[in-house]
Amino acid sequence: MPSKQEVRAEAARLQAFFRGAGVREIEPDVLQPAETLLDLYGEDIRARAYVTADPLKGEQMMRPDFTVPVVLWHVESGAGEARYSYAGEVFRRQERPEPGRSNEYFQVGLEIFDAADPAEAEAEIFARFAAALVPLGLRAAMGDIGLLTAAVQGLVTSAPRRAALMRHIWRPRRFRALLDRYAGRAKVPHARKLLLAALERQAPEEIISDAGLIVGLREPAEIVARMRRLQEEAAEPPIPAHAVEMIDDLLEIRETPSNALDRLRDIAVDLPALEPAVERLERRLDAMRGHGVDLDSVEFEANYGRTTMEYYDGFVFGFYAGGRPHLPPVASGGRYDALTRVLARGREIPAVGGMIRPGLVLELSREGL
Amino acid sequence: MALKLGVPSKGRLMEKTFDWFGARGLEIRRTGSEREYSGSVGGVEGIDLVLLSAGEIPRELAAGRIHLGVTGTDLVRERIPDWETRVEELAAMGFGQADLIIAVPKCWVDVDIVDDLDAAAAAFRIAHGHRLRIATKYHRLVREFLREAGVADYQLVDSQGATEGTVKNLTAEAVADITSTGETLRANHLKILSDGLIHRSQATLFKSRRAPWDAAERRAYGELTGRLAEFR
Repeated sequence: MPSKQEVRAEAARLQAFFRGAGVREIEPDVLQPAETLLDLYGEDIRARAYVTADPLKGEQMMRPDFTVPVVLWHVESGAGEARYSYAGEVFRRQERPEPGRSNEYFQVGLEIFDAADPAEAEAEIFARFAAALVPLGLRAAMGDIGLLTAAVQGLVTSAPRRAALMRHIWRPRRFRALLDRYAGRAKVPHARKLLLAALERQAPEEIISDAGLIVGLREPAEIVARMRRLQEEAAEPPIPAHAVEMIDDLLEIRETPSNALDRLRDIAVDLPALEPAVERLERRLDAMRGHGVDLDSVEFEANYGRTTMEYYDGFVFGFYAGGRPHLPPVASGGRYDALTRVLARGREIPAVGGMIRPGLVLELSREGL
Repeated sequence: MALKLGVPSKGRLMEKTFDWFGARGLEIRRTGSEREYSGSVGGVEGIDLVLLSAGEIPRELAAGRIHLGVTGTDLVRERIPDWETRVEELAAMGFGQADLIIAVPKCWVDVDIVDDLDAAAAAFRIAHGHRLRIATKYHRLVREFLREAGVADYQLVDSQGATEGTVKNLTAEAVADITSTGETLRANHLKILSDGLIHRSQATLFKSRRAPWDAAERRAYGELTGRLAEFR
């Protein structure tokens, strides 16, 4: 294993690839407000980040990555367009031993906040990462969460169903279960049937008061609203099988980017809502070619990036050591516009970025692949 | 050295443990005064009894400071990360049964399964500006269960006692707690989600995978497990 000094030096060497073109080198704090991270990621982040307490600032978290700290930095600076690079340690709590992953390790990254030309910014990030990593001969993969969200938004079904699917985009199994239910493939739970039958005979308010004393913060009006929603849901026609198949076809795509683009164009014929996302992909691929990226060596996976804890909602990418599948990605990144919207309280600042693990780069370059 | 057997130091759990071993011809006695935390295991040479609070036994087993210990499976799964690599279940003891469950107010007539809880949590967060709070002391077990179930928009709030009261006191919207009869839940106007069973716990004899074993300890272990096997 390389020593910490060696990894730090490697991080500096890699950071040099990100210099120029108005890139500012910044050093966000190790301690981050726990509330912000918990609010974003939910309870799962507690299993993956170290939580500590400050008597004055309250609960703090040791940064589990740089994305959120960099966005907070950027929001505070009030700047519109900016580019940042950073190098430093991140801290990951582990509930069980994970081979190849340390509890603290270095990340070097580049983040671009720029609304002018998203495709160009994405291509630039990918090309710069590819250039920094070229000697390792890594396998590159990419995807685009925006395709799936566009497909969901284009489903001919009710807005609440679309919202429920959107909410679980990053939880593939739950997403699948919801889709099956909306397609009429799953059985209606017994208690739900009883409740719907009761609603035929009784007012919802009455059903609630029959159930017992009202306790807790969730008010009867909220319970009534959900009952109404369940009634509407039961009356809605199922999502047709061909629409579900289109989503399945989309998620199965695993091709070279140009073949993937052809398949997506085919799907978009039946699902016009997909077109803007397909056009974005096309512009991105053109921009990548413009940056000299050899697209035939990159694999496009439509399902890529759906299980990471990050908030990526568009372009996603990663670089892997091909012969060492148990290792984490050597580098990864993507677009996270929604994250900036949450952290900047509604003011969206389109952003794309990524990080490299310099420790892994060093290890691989010594051992060979 | 003597084999160290950790057993709960007080209450019904201790009595039942003593009874369980007694019924298998292994009479456990506390030595010295009532207040002294030591004892002996009759019939087998080379076993030291270590009386500990049931909550400390998982930690001592995981660290390998005791070879064997009696505690609830709930505490082992909650307190020992990656527990299977650190301890091994030798015998379920048939007492101390308790279910770790998720319960919500009875008046939530729209919520019966975990899926409903997830949908309610989404709407609750929009309406109240914070995540739906679940009070518990079993953070790891509850978090893993809800992650598997794909529940989002919730948060855990720590509650070390009187957890069922948190909903009425408006410090949580739901609870995840141990219950045996469900009576306390009913008294607090709560109901169990029909698929909300997180873990079914009972008192269990565990063996540490981390404790060092010398010849004498191995001998004592062989004799002890031999006797237990005979009983079956």
